[in-house]
Amino acid sequence: MSTPEKEKNRKFRSAKRMREIMTEYYIDAKSASQTGKKVAWITSGGPVEPLIVMDVIPVYPENYGAMIGASHMGGDLCSKAEALGYSSDLCSYARADIACSLENGGPIGGLPRPDMLICCNNICGTVLKWYEVHARYFGVPLFIFDTPFCHTEFPDIARRYVRRQLDEYVVFLENVCGKPFDLHKADEVGRLSVEGQRLWQAVLDTAAHKPAPMTAFDAFFFLALIVTLRGTKTVVDFYKDLLAEMAERIEKGIWAIPNERYRLLWDNLPVWYRLKWLSDTFASHDACLVADTYTTAWCGSMKYIDENNFIDSMAEAYTRIYLNIGIDEMVKTIFTMIDKYEVDGMVMHSNRSCKPYSFGQYDIQRMVQEVKGIPCMVIESHMTDERSFSESQTATRIDAFMEMIRHKKG
Amino acid sequence: MEPIEAFRNAAGNPHEYGRRQKNQGVNVLGYFCSYTPEEIIHAAGVHPMRLFGAQGDTGIADAHLQAYCCSLVRGALSDVLSGTLDYLDGAVFPHTCDSIQRLSDIWRLNTGFRFFADVVLPVKLTTESSRTYLEDVLRKFRHELEKGFGTTISDDDLRASLRRYNRIRATLKGLFEQYARNASPLSASDLNTIVRGSMVLDRQEAEENLSILSAQCRGSAPSRGSGKRVMLVGSVCEHPDIYELIERAGGHVVWDDLCTGSRYFEGTCSEDGDPIAAIAERYFERVICPAKHSSVTARGENLVRLSGQYQVQGVIFLQLKFCDPHSFDYPYLKETLDRAGFPNMILEIEAQLPPEGQLLTRFETFIHML
Repeated sequence: MSTPEKEKNRKFRSAKRMREIMTEYYIDAKSASQTGKKVAWITSGGPVEPLIVMDVIPVYPENYGAMIGASHMGGDLCSKAEALGYSSDLCSYARADIACSLENGGPIGGLPRPDMLICCNNICGTVLKWYEVHARYFGVPLFIFDTPFCHTEFPDIARRYVRRQLDEYVVFLENVCGKPFDLHKADEVGRLSVEGQRLWQAVLDTAAHKPAPMTAFDAFFFLALIVTLRGTKTVVDFYKDLLAEMAERIEKGIWAIPNERYRLLWDNLPVWYRLKWLSDTFASHDACLVADTYTTAWCGSMKYIDENNFIDSMAEAYTRIYLNIGIDEMVKTIFTMIDKYEVDGMVMHSNRSCKPYSFGQYDIQRMVQEVKGIPCMVIESHMTDERSFSESQTATRIDAFMEMIRHKKG
Repeated sequence: MEPIEAFRNAAGNPHEYGRRQKNQGVNVLGYFCSYTPEEIIHAAGVHPMRLFGAQGDTGIADAHLQAYCCSLVRGALSDVLSGTLDYLDGAVFPHTCDSIQRLSDIWRLNTGFRFFADVVLPVKLTTESSRTYLEDVLRKFRHELEKGFGTTISDDDLRASLRRYNRIRATLKGLFEQYARNASPLSASDLNTIVRGSMVLDRQEAEENLSILSAQCRGSAPSRGSGKRVMLVGSVCEHPDIYELIERAGGHVVWDDLCTGSRYFEGTCSEDGDPIAAIAERYFERVICPAKHSSVTARGENLVRLSGQYQVQGVIFLQLKFCDPHSFDYPYLKETLDRAGFPNMILEIEAQLPPEGQLLTRFETFIHML
């Protein structure tokens, strides 16, 4: 097969479908005011299923932040936020998104105005402050879903608190939407959510194959659906097709990196404005980023979900997600991934935009090196603010890191 | 020793004081945040010791924390890793911000004290379910202390502790109010030292010294009180020098919204009924810090109210670099104060202050504009 033909084959046909779904989704969301539907802005780790039950369109400023980063609009928008008084040390998703709301601008002409805000702090404390900014600006109801941090345990007192908040969340939605919550529909949405998460995990699992049919960079792209439309049939159908495509690639021997020799694990959110550059740079070393701690976060707490008792069990699942646990708990997940994907090294993105994800990385790095004996490297950036990224410094570090891996593995 | 000296010594050499306590057989617990339920620690017969963090070389923390971590967290980690805090029996980590949250993990994994507790308080202080959870967390902490120190904490112990803390808080507030009326022989810098010292001294000693100091102040002629009336807003202020610089620049700090100021002493606990419910109630009633949620405009409204109440002419935000909760609130607080007609400025600070000349120029420029 000729090289251009191979390149063509390496492109995912599901990518086209994914773009169509996301386009439809944003058109629906942006025309909500004409169709009479309500729009909720919700944090990426927030319980979206009750919104789907209520036929509310969930919109994710964080997904939008990723879009801003990937379109290289982050630097400009972040500087607008800084002119409004927001420190350049704050999360670049938040800065860029706040600038879009307050100053207008950003991709797809901005997000549709919210009718309500749903903030779940299972990913960080930043979202609380970010959503307070939006609540003041838009003057719409704010629901805070408070998930106590589980350093070493998820005590019963926290379980009861989170469970009670689910009831409060339902009442909040009934009040804002002016209609009752359909428990029967909730069961169905819960089932679809679990099915979607299971399929997403299965898609990620395909990268355990050596060589891998996909990279973490592909996962960053295909992640958008499990984040935004979890609990819908669209997601289930899409990931079924994607999974089939992965199986087909394995069958046909289409690998993400043509001559995969080294397998790496990525930690933290992506550097959205340098996805292609990073992907190409690692590929030039025959290195494949086969897995990452970020995209697995949307299926990592499936073990706590009881499909037949979704509402009750989601309290635990939403509280014990990857970022809401102690670093010694996080490292257990990392060890499992290192074994499962047979990883030769770890690339840690020290993300100035995400303190809860980044502080503790140095300790994790030491534990990984000691227990698993694999090299680790650190790349520093603000995930959506391209002004903070040094390409030459990062390239030098990657070269040195790959040299170490080559030396170790041969 | 004059009471003021006791506070100066404690605030100036907290670890020396802590070590002395330990040598006298007292158990000492370090803590980080004004939401730490100190009353329960005190009721357990354990000494609560506020940790502010090293102000000098914190290089030892670099192996654990990136450069974009605030100096408070970096300084505390540096202190514990360097052995400065070896006298502690352990530490308490209330859920404050993302950085303190991870400091808790790093501390737990890299130190070996006999006691460690995460007190994961609710973030929202608005609902009945969060109040129930808050009380549950406080009860859990009470049991952990009992177990960790082999003691029992009775309701009467707790109520005695609440009474003591109420007296400490009321006396501190009285001293601040006297100063705000231009009727105090103390300086604003003294008041900062007294609050910080109160977080270090044995609480009975603190209470007794505060009581004497308060009586001395009532009988003395005011020595201060000139200049433009300024309010400080931020997290912790460990720099008594800032108060003096503001005075040299033609102002004086008459009130604050700081963890080392009014947020420490505002609010009282009911001395009747369930003492745990009383501690929770104070957290619900007290003005929040930006890492907590009460309403989306609570802090702005409070600043405007305080500015009016204490005839504040200008507000200075002391913004600790890399402090996310305070950084997020700043633009709206500024806008709220602007709208209400209170001039304000922001000063970004780290453990080390900018050079004195530079600070003085900035304060002078701001204060002359008032």
